[in-house]
Amino acid sequence: MPPPRTRGTALRHRLAELRGPDVPAKALDARALAALAANPGCARRAILDGAGVNKAALASALGSPSAFGQSQFALTRGNAFEAKVKADGGAELLRLVHEKLDRTAEPPTEARVPDLTATGPQGRTARTALELREAAAHPGAWTLLDHPMLALDVAGSPAFLEPDAVVVHPDGSWTVVEIKSFPLLDGSADPAKVGAAARQAAVYVLALEEVAARLGAEPEGCAGGEGASARRPEGSSTVAPSTPAEAPRTRSAQDRAPAPRVRHRILLVCPRDFSNLPAASAVDIRKQRAVTARQLTRLTRIEDIAETLPEGTCFSPELPADELTAAVESVPATYAPECLSACELAFHCRSRSRETGAVTSLGRPVRAELGGLTTVEDVLAAARGEAGDPDDPAVAALRRAAALRAEALEAACR
Amino acid sequence: MTTLFDPSAAATQATDAILHDTLHGTARGVVVDSPPGAGKSTLVVRAALELAEAGHPLMVVAQTNAQVDDLVLRLAEKNPELPVGRLHSSDADPYDKALDGLENVRKSAKAADLAGLAVVISTAAKWAHVKADEPWRYAIVDEAYQMRSDALLAVAGLFERALFVGDPGQLDPFAIVGSEQWAGLTYDPSASAVTTLLAHNPDLPQHRLPVSWRLPASAAPLVSDAFYPYTPFRSGTGHGDRRLSLAVPSDGSGPDRVIDEAAESGWGLLELPARHTPRTDPEAVRAVATVVRRLLDRAGAATSERSPDPTPLTADRIAVGTAHRDQAAAIRAALADLGVTDVVVDTANRLQGREYDVTVVLHPLSGRPDATAFHLETGRLCVLASRHRHACIVVCRAGVGDLLDDYPSTEPVQLGTGVKFPDGWEANHAVLAHLAEHRVMWRP
Amino acid sequence: MSLISTLARLEAVSTGRAQPAATVRHRHLSDRPLVFVPLTTAGEAGAPLGALVGTDRDAPRLLAVPQPRDRDLRFAFLAELADVVLPYIDAYAEVVEAAERTETDPETGKRVKVEVDLCADAPQLIVPSRGGIDLVRLLGRSMRFRRTAEQDPETPYPAPPRVPLLGRWLTHFGERARVPGSSLLLAMTDVLSRHWATGQSTLEDQHLGALLAWIDPPEGLTGAEAALRAELERDAKGQLTCPPAGPATDPAFDNKLLAPAIERYDRARTALAAAEDGLEADDRLGALTAAEREIRDLVLSRTLPTWEKVWQGLDLLRELPEGAHVEERWTRDRWSFTGHRDRVLAGEPPQPRRDDAVTAANKLATREREQARLEAQEALDDPLVMAGRRLSGEAFAGEVTDVVMAYSEGKRPSPRPLVTVRTDDRPHLGERTKVYRSLGGKPQSAEFVGVEEDGAYVVLRVLDKMGRGKEPEPGSVPEKGDRVCFTLFEHEQRGGAKLPDPEETPWTHGGPPGEATLEAADPVTSEDVL
Repeated sequence: MPPPRTRGTALRHRLAELRGPDVPAKALDARALAALAANPGCARRAILDGAGVNKAALASALGSPSAFGQSQFALTRGNAFEAKVKADGGAELLRLVHEKLDRTAEPPTEARVPDLTATGPQGRTARTALELREAAAHPGAWTLLDHPMLALDVAGSPAFLEPDAVVVHPDGSWTVVEIKSFPLLDGSADPAKVGAAARQAAVYVLALEEVAARLGAEPEGCAGGEGASARRPEGSSTVAPSTPAEAPRTRSAQDRAPAPRVRHRILLVCPRDFSNLPAASAVDIRKQRAVTARQLTRLTRIEDIAETLPEGTCFSPELPADELTAAVESVPATYAPECLSACELAFHCRSRSRETGAVTSLGRPVRAELGGLTTVEDVLAAARGEAGDPDDPAVAALRRAAALRAEALEAACR
Repeated sequence: MTTLFDPSAAATQATDAILHDTLHGTARGVVVDSPPGAGKSTLVVRAALELAEAGHPLMVVAQTNAQVDDLVLRLAEKNPELPVGRLHSSDADPYDKALDGLENVRKSAKAADLAGLAVVISTAAKWAHVKADEPWRYAIVDEAYQMRSDALLAVAGLFERALFVGDPGQLDPFAIVGSEQWAGLTYDPSASAVTTLLAHNPDLPQHRLPVSWRLPASAAPLVSDAFYPYTPFRSGTGHGDRRLSLAVPSDGSGPDRVIDEAAESGWGLLELPARHTPRTDPEAVRAVATVVRRLLDRAGAATSERSPDPTPLTADRIAVGTAHRDQAAAIRAALADLGVTDVVVDTANRLQGREYDVTVVLHPLSGRPDATAFHLETGRLCVLASRHRHACIVVCRAGVGDLLDDYPSTEPVQLGTGVKFPDGWEANHAVLAHLAEHRVMWRP
Repeated sequence: MSLISTLARLEAVSTGRAQPAATVRHRHLSDRPLVFVPLTTAGEAGAPLGALVGTDRDAPRLLAVPQPRDRDLRFAFLAELADVVLPYIDAYAEVVEAAERTETDPETGKRVKVEVDLCADAPQLIVPSRGGIDLVRLLGRSMRFRRTAEQDPETPYPAPPRVPLLGRWLTHFGERARVPGSSLLLAMTDVLSRHWATGQSTLEDQHLGALLAWIDPPEGLTGAEAALRAELERDAKGQLTCPPAGPATDPAFDNKLLAPAIERYDRARTALAAAEDGLEADDRLGALTAAEREIRDLVLSRTLPTWEKVWQGLDLLRELPEGAHVEERWTRDRWSFTGHRDRVLAGEPPQPRRDDAVTAANKLATREREQARLEAQEALDDPLVMAGRRLSGEAFAGEVTDVVMAYSEGKRPSPRPLVTVRTDDRPHLGERTKVYRSLGGKPQSAEFVGVEEDGAYVVLRVLDKMGRGKEPEPGSVPEKGDRVCFTLFEHEQRGGAKLPDPEETPWTHGGPPGEATLEAADPVTSEDVL
């Protein structure tokens, strides 16, 4: 049952209020997805991203500008590379998809490249869905969707996503294509960057699977999802919210509209070695897809976070810094140094975390052996024997560590 | 049409196919995946005996001295006449003294002394030092998933063909230094031996033992789903085949209630109040010890397909599993305080390959303020959750779900390496979700 | 992170200054290191923008690529770099001393000692951060397969002869840097954070300026304040006052300063090409030179602060006394250097793109052995490191309270004295666990016999290093009242098993790799203005 319309409208209204009057919502871009992956438990990040707040502008307004920026050299080269990969109606891109993912299919000598232009994210999303349905009506053909737009429900609010490309294979299945500008050197690439690309692609795959399920449900309105669990006769999979098998190929009772299959191997395209020639690698994203699916189910609903905010809270960068600071402080953050490379607000959160003396500002692993002690002063007081229960193993270990450290430093001075 | 699943028939069929490929096949290697308790040791012993009977000189490679000694003992038990060589290191106490009592087992630190024996068994590390003029016709490589590719490289020249057996779900081998530069290469020295073998020989026959005889019907689906999602297996027994009964009724305490829950359903989660604690959380340690004490006090008895009469649940049928050595030491001390001295308490690494009626596990993430790759490692949780024949009781502080959410999986991805397992983060969530259905909350 | 280093970090927060993480220096420092501060262009793999390089703190050599996308200019930069680095390396390659090495005699298969040359010292490259090490590898990879005009007259972009050779050397340095404890190529941030614990996270320690700010804050500032300034302070033009240590540059620098300067350079170059007479050409050449100088000045302005910080770091490190085993590990670096020198002299081809199975396994084995060696040696050299091992139960220290003579059984009884040590440590000792102590630089082993009084007293049986006689040699057995420190880890590493030769690679690993073929050069795209 869809929720009553008024509720959705109310949330949209509330999120617009949070963003500030006349501030357009920002789409969930690659960085926001990375921040979501790096720190899903952070309520501050969740509400800001959910409301489509421009965190970079917010950070500047708070007086802790983010250090992210893009060099125009990187931008130019990245765009030029993507253009090169997609040139000639995507001939090279489709060749790579065929070679790496679908060698048994007919080679893509020609392909459909529909125009996806439309107004606004909703319009573009609808247009993309339309063209995906249209592609299904052309079995045997290759279709390249250049910068399609997809929508995904993230914590109860729709987020818009823009993959570099989606390819429809002759068998009707769909592949997500990610074009990156880091090099594929002698066949291998920076694992951290490939990991980030895989997590990003997993989000796109989940969004595509929703589109696919809707297509499959047409025209009989028969939703499915039994394809995968039928594998195991005991019906034991009460555990996973998502099955690791590929997306179900559901057939309606009349065997009419098969839901298109979204492939779980995506294509990563990068420059080869030191050149600007494209090289591609298939990346199996089943793991990332399963993890992301579960993460999405575990996110605190934006609505619930929004409800905890005081009336009138607003994150508009137009507001004076002290009002903004108060607004930001009204949502708790879970800062860790990893945020520095993923979230625009990290410097602001870091200074707050340091002010409160939180040991996690020194890195999450620091807390490993500290038990319930969370601030720098508490830990040092316990280590010095000024506070803490000596029967607490954490306190006892701290005192032993402090004594051993003092003994060693003294020995070195002698 | 559906037919009833006959576990014995399925297992026999798999074993026959494996032995056929091993003895009569043309491929140089045969790979067997064996989920927990699927009869891997039985298979290895049987294959060894059949190869020996067929007159093929055989070398057996295992990974630890304990595994080697165990295999020697099992072989001697099945066929006391078989001449077996135990090749050992030149360290002090290199092998189990029990081997000294076996008439047909010859022990030596020199391979030459054992030449001509039907079967020669040693660790991969020791085999690596052996020089052979003539390679063995046959080899069996046991625990091949726990063997590193470079260890196989060092011994593979000693044999012409081999049967590789192992459990892909247990702890992966690791290197103490970075090995990223070789990731994606077919022969990445830090990968598992099977990964390299199959990358170079993709056409080798691969088999799977489809039935776990150890895990009860209550556990196999969870373990299979959470840890073997792409290679599922089944329990050899049905839901009514195993029973755990307790002569002494519950006193209503948390430990007793969780014991009852586990006896009934096969799983129990004793959940302590959320709190960040050091590794040797005194309350959790005491809770584990108390559960073990009560298991013994309540005179448990296990009924299974093995015998119609209930077998008393004695101390040797119970084990405690932890992630860290200091946790094991703390629990041992707590158990000693309660007068329990003969229950095995060990880390996941050391419990690999072992089997008990009931296990009590201190959850690797209990009370932790952070979750590292070590604690999230899929194999660690898999080992801890798959040692039992009847029931597994997990002791854990509340809040692990939230902790997991704060430590998302951001694993790097190496191009060209295969994906075999669920993510540790994901598997932890899956197990947690299942355990939540068997939760007993307790404030000690 | 061990609790001892956690405490050091928290103390740094509380005192506002970095705290010692080591009491001695655990890495070798050359008297004459070659410091290399490179910058790259964003968006392209290993495209150099410029560098400061040299051995003289006061006279670095500035190299710059005024148009980073121009292949000719890039290759000119690399040739210039070779002109600085190779003579530096050659100076060490020429001075040798006689040394002995154990080799396998190809005829008899026996291990025999042979006399060989060992370079008396080795070169040392210092880069500011880990990114610098990655760039050294990347440059090595991009150069070593380049073809010279002599090798291949047809090659479209012939490399100057010294460029492929520099590629091979940089590759060697990059590979050696992966060996734990080696010092041929060091990243300053790594070495500094090995020796000091700051009040920030290890991630933030990757920033050389912030790291130094904690270790050596300017007068009147706390480490935290100075580090924040180093990370974020910008001048009126919006430029970071402490530019990143590279090789990546700050996007604001790229967009506001560098891009316009490169554009001016491009325009000046086009204008020069279009010049119609000599006079005009002279003028336009002047404009081009000015435009080029502008870029060189920009590169200098971004590298000089880092250059100075690297030397400041060297000063700080030199104040620490060198650890006792550091020289031994440096000798291994010298062997590594000599080995590569010999391979180059023997005319061997450049290192392949990928290791074969046997080489990869051998490298991994070496590195694991060196890691274990490093951990043991650092603990033996440094009481602060040993303190960490004691805390984790891998070592214990205390006073000898009792020594009882005992003897082994057998025909010729040898001394096996029982030593009781009083300790506050809690070592993980099991039945007959072997423990080791350092006796005159050599490990003496003992085995655990038992504990008394709840672990406060540990009884050990000493097993060796007591001479051949019936009575132990003087000084070889601890005496009552001695302070002793035993470790549960071994002090010296055993060699692993010998792997097959590559040509005997077994079928499980793909069989022999076949004849070594000369690796093809990378195709060079003519102009990669895309």
